[in-house]
Amino acid sequence: MQTQPKLKISNLHKSFSNGRSTIKVLDDINIEVGDNEFVSLVGASGCGKSTLLSIIAGLQDFEEGEVLVDGASITGPGRDRGVVFQTYTLLPWLTALQNVEFALRETGHDPKEITDVARRHLDLVKLSRFANSFPSQLSGGMKQRVAIARALSYRPKILLMDEPFGALDALTRGQMQELLMQIWQEHRLTVIFVTHDVEEAVYLSDRVFVMGLNPGRIKECIAVPFARPRQTGIQHDRGVLELQARVLKSIREETSRAEFE
Amino acid sequence: MAAELSGPTYLLIAVCAFLLFLAAWFLATGLGLAKPIFLPSPFAVVARLMKLAADGTLASDIGNSVYRIMVGFLIASVMALATAILIGAYRFWEAAIEPFLDFVRYMPVVAFVPLTILWSGTGDVQKFLIIWIGTYFQQALMFKDNIKRVPADFVGFGRTLGMSDFRVLMRIVVPSAMPQIWDTLRISLGWAWTWVTLAELVAANSGLGYRITVAQRYLQTDMAIGYILVLGILGLTTDQIMRFLGRQFFKYERKS
Repeated sequence: MQTQPKLKISNLHKSFSNGRSTIKVLDDINIEVGDNEFVSLVGASGCGKSTLLSIIAGLQDFEEGEVLVDGASITGPGRDRGVVFQTYTLLPWLTALQNVEFALRETGHDPKEITDVARRHLDLVKLSRFANSFPSQLSGGMKQRVAIARALSYRPKILLMDEPFGALDALTRGQMQELLMQIWQEHRLTVIFVTHDVEEAVYLSDRVFVMGLNPGRIKECIAVPFARPRQTGIQHDRGVLELQARVLKSIREETSRAEFE
Repeated sequence: MAAELSGPTYLLIAVCAFLLFLAAWFLATGLGLAKPIFLPSPFAVVARLMKLAADGTLASDIGNSVYRIMVGFLIASVMALATAILIGAYRFWEAAIEPFLDFVRYMPVVAFVPLTILWSGTGDVQKFLIIWIGTYFQQALMFKDNIKRVPADFVGFGRTLGMSDFRVLMRIVVPSAMPQIWDTLRISLGWAWTWVTLAELVAANSGLGYRITVAQRYLQTDMAIGYILVLGILGLTTDQIMRFLGRQFFKYERKS
């Protein structure tokens, strides 16, 4: 490879121990993600995809291996990696704008600029009108849009998204995917996206990593060759459907294998 | 079972319950079912309270008790919050302090009254001490629970910004728990009324509880009942004030 990968994970092992027994949750993970690449992690529940994301974020430890961002080993959470969680994590006592400002202030931005930068990012997720609304006044989709704006505002190198649209209804989820596509298209950033929705993974990603069960590992990596920008209806094209079926089959093989073991 | 009632209907039912209670009281005294020395009529009680209000006794008794609650409760609350943050955030301090708090929590406050008199006499300090013993241990554990209920992803979010653990605690976790902490304060303030009255009943020369023991000594049943009612009203009032303030502080929780 001529250019250095944005993210490189090599020989990563992770296990949880509860009392006496130790359960291996991630077994020898090796991944490389290029600059401005959009990749998804998919797999049945329990495959460790969220754990892997959490490790990349620096929020969880691991026993063996290495996680490198721009060639440097990570030692914990950091400003180079922004996270959008599945649960709503907007601070309830701050308005949408103040939530973005909070992140900017804590990441050491110039206090004179933060309001401007925060407004620009609310604009990006089309929520300028709700700048002064509290999270309790926003719908689930809006909250996640603010969360995306907040995570992007301080310019992390990598955006980590843990089933960010999992709790939303189908219609809102579709709109969120489109919005995310637009933002990614315009701003070019590296995204690692965890989901159990195969359609979502294929629509959004350059590559889809299918994870296996017991222990969690990377089973296969499926490239998504469709041209960008991708139109909204693309999910129903034959080629896309075939690819979705292939990803789904790969996941199913794992679950049935795990059941018979 | 959970059928909704309209606001006015709810109020009407509540008022009726109070009126029913009052009617039973009137009936019992009016028909001579109870001797005035055991149960004076509502009129006698109100008349006595008016008299005590007029000569300033009532106001000074309320003032004394409120002062004791304010000091004792404030000290207990501040200490309990500090303790809760410590044991809620650090496993070492949780192991060191929480089992002990749990142990003391089950000791009846009443049993400490003689001991506190022995230690600190019968002045205000002893009242502070009883209120403190009665609220601090419970509050610390309840505050800790409030803090622990803050979702783990809130902590995760703070850490991804590169915030230190202490900063995450003070800037994210404690503010997130604030509405619940306020609720705990409101509930424990109710107990403080019980503890101050208890302390004043046993040994004091002022305050609402003290006046009730005086009433007993001189068989002034109307005064005893009047003061018990005053205590109820004061408790209810402080609770309503706390609710009102909570609604003001935590407006952001409302959907509108």
